[in-house]
Amino acid sequence: MVDMENKIKQLIEDVLREMGQQKNNSLERVSPSLSSEEPLTDLTAENLREQLLVPSPANRDAYLKFKGSTASRIGIWHAGSRYLTKSLLRFRADHAIAQDAVFNNVSEKFIKEWGILEVKTKCTDKDQFLTRPDLGRQLDVENADLLKKNCLRNARVQIYVADGLSSTAVEKNAKDTYLALAQGLEGHGIKVGTPFFLRYARVPAMDAVSEILQPEVIVVLIGERPGLATAESMSCYMVYNASVGMPEARRTVVSNIHQGGVPGVEAGAHIADVVKQMLDQKASGLELKK
Amino acid sequence: MKEQILSVGIDIGTTTTQLVFSQLTLENTASLISVPRIEIIDKEVIFRSDIHFTPLRSKHEIDDNEIRDLILKDYSYAGITPDQVQTGAAIITGEAAKKKNAESVLVALSGLAGEFVVATAGPTLEGIIAGKGAGACQESKKRGATIVNLDIGGGTTNIAVFRNGELIDTACLDIGGRLIRFNNNQGGVSYIADKLRNLTRSMNLTVTENQTLGQGLIEKVANRMASILEEVLGLSEVSSELDMMLTDHDLKRDYHIDYVSFSGGVADCIENTKNGEDFRFGDIGVALGRAIALSKIPQQLKVLQAVETIRATVVGAGSHTTGISGSTISVSPGVLPMKNIPVLKLSMEDESLPLVQWGEAILRKVQWFNLDGEKQNLALAFCGQANLGFNEVKILAQEIIKGMQGVLCKTCPLVVVIEIDLAKVMGQTLRSQLGDKKDVICIDTIKVENGDYIDIGRELVDGNVVPIIVKTLVLNY
Repeated sequence: MVDMENKIKQLIEDVLREMGQQKNNSLERVSPSLSSEEPLTDLTAENLREQLLVPSPANRDAYLKFKGSTASRIGIWHAGSRYLTKSLLRFRADHAIAQDAVFNNVSEKFIKEWGILEVKTKCTDKDQFLTRPDLGRQLDVENADLLKKNCLRNARVQIYVADGLSSTAVEKNAKDTYLALAQGLEGHGIKVGTPFFLRYARVPAMDAVSEILQPEVIVVLIGERPGLATAESMSCYMVYNASVGMPEARRTVVSNIHQGGVPGVEAGAHIADVVKQMLDQKASGLELKK
Repeated sequence: MKEQILSVGIDIGTTTTQLVFSQLTLENTASLISVPRIEIIDKEVIFRSDIHFTPLRSKHEIDDNEIRDLILKDYSYAGITPDQVQTGAAIITGEAAKKKNAESVLVALSGLAGEFVVATAGPTLEGIIAGKGAGACQESKKRGATIVNLDIGGGTTNIAVFRNGELIDTACLDIGGRLIRFNNNQGGVSYIADKLRNLTRSMNLTVTENQTLGQGLIEKVANRMASILEEVLGLSEVSSELDMMLTDHDLKRDYHIDYVSFSGGVADCIENTKNGEDFRFGDIGVALGRAIALSKIPQQLKVLQAVETIRATVVGAGSHTTGISGSTISVSPGVLPMKNIPVLKLSMEDESLPLVQWGEAILRKVQWFNLDGEKQNLALAFCGQANLGFNEVKILAQEIIKGMQGVLCKTCPLVVVIEIDLAKVMGQTLRSQLGDKKDVICIDTIKVENGDYIDIGRELVDGNVVPIIVKTLVLNY
């Protein structure tokens, strides 16, 4: 009986040992690829306008011409009634980029390298900024004083940068747009105030800033709410003689500033001419005659 | 916010001289919150002149006084004065372009027609203009197809091939309706062009003036002319006579043709091949039209009805030669219009150089042009890289100034033409570096090539755009 028991014990031990070995083996087989240094392909690297997934189009050139004229996801083919895996992954990757643009902060490094002053609205962090639009329009006394102390007051044109809903857009476009805009205004003989960065800011914060610094024209370069076509798009809002509570119709806007839209440098040069018109006409928004 | 401009087209051809006025409508198609994007949204021919015979003083000379009178009469008939005309083109085509006073007639005429009416000639350009006037270019874009337009006039057949709205090939042949003319209804020959005489010789025929060609022989010669067209389109085996009939270069024939369309005076004879009207125009045109109708061309290729036939070239000149620049540009006030500026385009290799080496590359190329005379100008053209930052724009401006010294030391303005959307910032940067001492014209969204000439009209739509006429004299292969 004991003998029998021992035999069974032995058998079980052998089986367990074998199983264990197998486990180790299979682990060994899996682990190299898990820890592999093989780089992952960047799903968003391919230009969608040049990606035609229809297997045998009747006229590839004409199809690509259509694609070239739109950011819409056309010509992406299908698997049954679904997207191809490639298209689905790309869609989700673009969505992730858009979320990152909203939730990430404009980096300290970016501000430091540019060498401009940083101030913030009444929001204490990103979460509050996203949930309390009212606070993103106001500055506290401390930040207002910082502006008064460090910036030129009563400038003809005050330009500043705000994060808005896309930090990516600001980091990609704001500096080039600003430099081109400042050069353009200088060419018109117009003096520009001291640039700065306002964190956690919504568009109407410009009204508050304008009341603090009293420029003739206030200009803000601000990140746009990102979409699936791009998360890098920036807008420029401009108001002549802005004040808190003024009608929205007094804002002039130039949107869609990014590589796939109007490049930052070219937009800056254009905005300089728009600001010049605002100064000449002493008006902005719908009151500005083109 | 729409703006309309008046454009004139004048075509002095082998046989006929015509004029049209077109109204081009410009509109900002971008939304209120975007940077403007001004486009030509409509082209409408608002006046068509009668089809006049081109007046000749002799076999070798155009009667310039008579032409002048014809044009002036058409202007007054249309109720339009030259100062109302903002753009347009006068083109001299076919055999008329070979007359010894062709160029001076054209230059005088373009001045008479309006301040910014350009004078053009050249078989390549004729074909392109006619193809656009016939609608082949637009239709190829709409259908995503390759369309060949044959503009068969009195002296020449100009061929332009368009694929998806882009020109891909051209050729010109001495095949036309008035290369043999008759002085009676029996086929008495009053004129035969030298090239056609050579063609008949290769058929073992001798055709001379004052000889009478019977119906059978006329048909035979017309059939041979049609078969040359079959050859150039690749429908018949190429003979050695094809080469003789080509005026410059052959078609490449390395693409599939989806459709063919016909324009020019002979196109109307392809449609209407009634018997008994063979000598209606006193030339071989009717017979040629019928020969083409019976040839392999309509049998093997799908025929597309042209929107204009005999008026294709003049409508092309009036409606389709003027383009517009991008909507963010930079132009010093009061320097436009400018005409006939030769284009120097940087090669792809030049453009791939680091920005700091562009100056030298430009300098080397400028030396190819003999810039003699105080007013001799040059337009610097390049494609331009996307993603340029502001500092790179500044460096590029410095390099352009370095490279264009030869032009900058003169009184004429600095002209820069960029393919990508960059002209406004580039113009402002150039002006900021040059100070007030130099006029700068910097325009974009224009594609030009080496050897092109460019005309730039006065600013339109509050100075946001300029009309542009690019004169392609050579097709790049």
